[in-house]
Amino acid sequence: MPTLTYRDALNHALREEMQRDPNVFLMGEEVGVYQGAYKVSRGLLDEFGPMRVVDTPITELGFAGVGIGAAMVGLRPVVEFMTWNFALLAIDQLVNSAAKMRYMSGGQVGVPAVFRGPGGSALQLAAQHSQAFESWYAHVPGLKVVMPATPADAKGLLKSAIRDDDPVVFIEGEMLYNLKGEVPEGEHIVPLGRADVKREGTEVTIICHSKTVAVALKAAEQLSADGVDAEVLDLRTIRPLDRESILATVGKTHRCVVAEEGWAFAGVGAQVVDIIQREAFDELDAPILRVTGADVPMPYNKHLEKAAKVDPAKVIAAVNSVLYRE
Amino acid sequence: MAGSTAAGPRKRSRGLDSGQADEYRRWLRQMMLIRRFEEKAGEAYSLGKIGGFCHLYIGQEAVAVGSLAALRPDDYITCSYREHGHALARGVPARTVMAELFGKAAGSSGGKGGSMHIFDASLGFLGGHAIVGGHIPLATGMAFAIKYRDTDQAAICYFGEAAVNNGAFHEALNMAALWKLPAIYLCENNRYGMGTALERASAIYDISERACSYDMANEVVDGQDVLVMHAAMERAVGRARSEKLPTLLEVRTYRFMGHSMSDPIHGHYRTREEVEGQRKRDPIALWSKRLIDEGLTDQAVVKALDREVVEEVEDAYQFAEQAPDPAPEELYTDVYAGS
Repeated sequence: MPTLTYRDALNHALREEMQRDPNVFLMGEEVGVYQGAYKVSRGLLDEFGPMRVVDTPITELGFAGVGIGAAMVGLRPVVEFMTWNFALLAIDQLVNSAAKMRYMSGGQVGVPAVFRGPGGSALQLAAQHSQAFESWYAHVPGLKVVMPATPADAKGLLKSAIRDDDPVVFIEGEMLYNLKGEVPEGEHIVPLGRADVKREGTEVTIICHSKTVAVALKAAEQLSADGVDAEVLDLRTIRPLDRESILATVGKTHRCVVAEEGWAFAGVGAQVVDIIQREAFDELDAPILRVTGADVPMPYNKHLEKAAKVDPAKVIAAVNSVLYRE
Repeated sequence: MAGSTAAGPRKRSRGLDSGQADEYRRWLRQMMLIRRFEEKAGEAYSLGKIGGFCHLYIGQEAVAVGSLAALRPDDYITCSYREHGHALARGVPARTVMAELFGKAAGSSGGKGGSMHIFDASLGFLGGHAIVGGHIPLATGMAFAIKYRDTDQAAICYFGEAAVNNGAFHEALNMAALWKLPAIYLCENNRYGMGTALERASAIYDISERACSYDMANEVVDGQDVLVMHAAMERAVGRARSEKLPTLLEVRTYRFMGHSMSDPIHGHYRTREEVEGQRKRDPIALWSKRLIDEGLTDQAVVKALDREVVEEVEDAYQFAEQAPDPAPEELYTDVYAGS
């Protein structure tokens, strides 16, 4: 199996889907001539031409709406946001147009579009460029929210998202683009709505998604050296959330830490915890703890930034706490 | 200034073509149908049979009728939330529209959309949309899809003059001109965004001038004259089909009713005298007089048409009233594909 970066895995998914279906096209800022702000679309303009790899003005609200309108009449746009921070300008289109069209039209008009780009923080990009908005989109019925953590999932989930008949918010990790991993060639499909156990364990589960998967795996490794056997469950899709997999892991380990990059208040973890307390209360041997980004705008200073972010040490501390160790 | 709006461009329609008499009478009937439909909708709203917001189209009928008559069945149409008239003129049955206003299962969206969200995909009627300006980029996207598939369809977007101060308008028109898309942006300038007069919201008075920012073809159109409206739309449609170029039409019209059912006809923002003055250019009265003057119809035919549309609206009302509500399980359908 070839080893690819997360970036190239996304690139392969786009290329294969554009080869498969002439209705699939890519639009966004710098996706063509510049080859992508993060080079995810490298080579696609040459292969598919400017009608299918469309450079847009810096106008997120406008081109998100253009993608939705094209999807309403049968095309399958992949709309790239340079980052999800900029997509706030387009949130009216995602929430009021894309998410609701099928319902408002009594099932007559769907929006088979993918909105993708990097979310969350990178390194010292400060407050306006370092935000995790998945819980905002996951709040809205009509949208699906997908967040791959590995190159293989990036490819398989993007292919599924493009083939999906509903609008999909596909949030990548800027710090993941260079991550390498094995990726199956050709028709590799990962279904939406299925979580994945990234590490088997018996004593505690770390539930995570996107960038926090790598953090959780690192924490689990260190815990293992310390004699603690942790399971890592990668949600992969935030909406629809894989309730069964969450309940299965809690039924197995009986202790749980939920990690996410975003702010705690009304975050993804809050929803996970709600499911567990309602449906698996008797399975729990300890209260669930959450590890989240600090409840502040992201600071620029690198020490302050580090303090604001989820890291293995914070996850390990939470795990020790739910295990009543130390 | 107030008196000049509907008159605006003063482009006189030329002599009528007697070979088109049937088509002209069809326009008259459509305008009369919309008028009677909206009067009935207003009545039903007052009786509590229609909920939510209800924005009537009375006074603006010639805009939808004249412009939609220039389109083909395969063109794409998007509207704002004041769209009952456009739906009827496009051919959505009065029963289906009224049932949607009543929130019934037989409505165009199965009762889930309501007055502001009328859809009929089979007619390319792709919605009533209720965020001011939000649907303008959607129409640009439909025009993009037309170019992508290289057909000679057109995508038409109706919106009020208040929407042109919104960023969505600017972004959508810029891309349409930049990419040479077959879109027609039809601004129904009825002078008021809710209660705010055009000159209290826009730095320039002539909305058509905004097209200059995008080097886009534009026209000012008298929206009370159905023939002038139709001719202007034909020019725009021709530009879209043969040159794949967009057009901004500023159509000057006037809303004879309040913004919505909760707004009185005169309100605090316009005078009775102004409304009465504008009513002198009632599009239906102007058109029926014109047809009679030119010998293409007579008073008896007009009366017969009125009886017909009153009956059609009454039938739609009875149908909507008797139609069942959506089944409770419909609450959770149509959220996602296959649901």
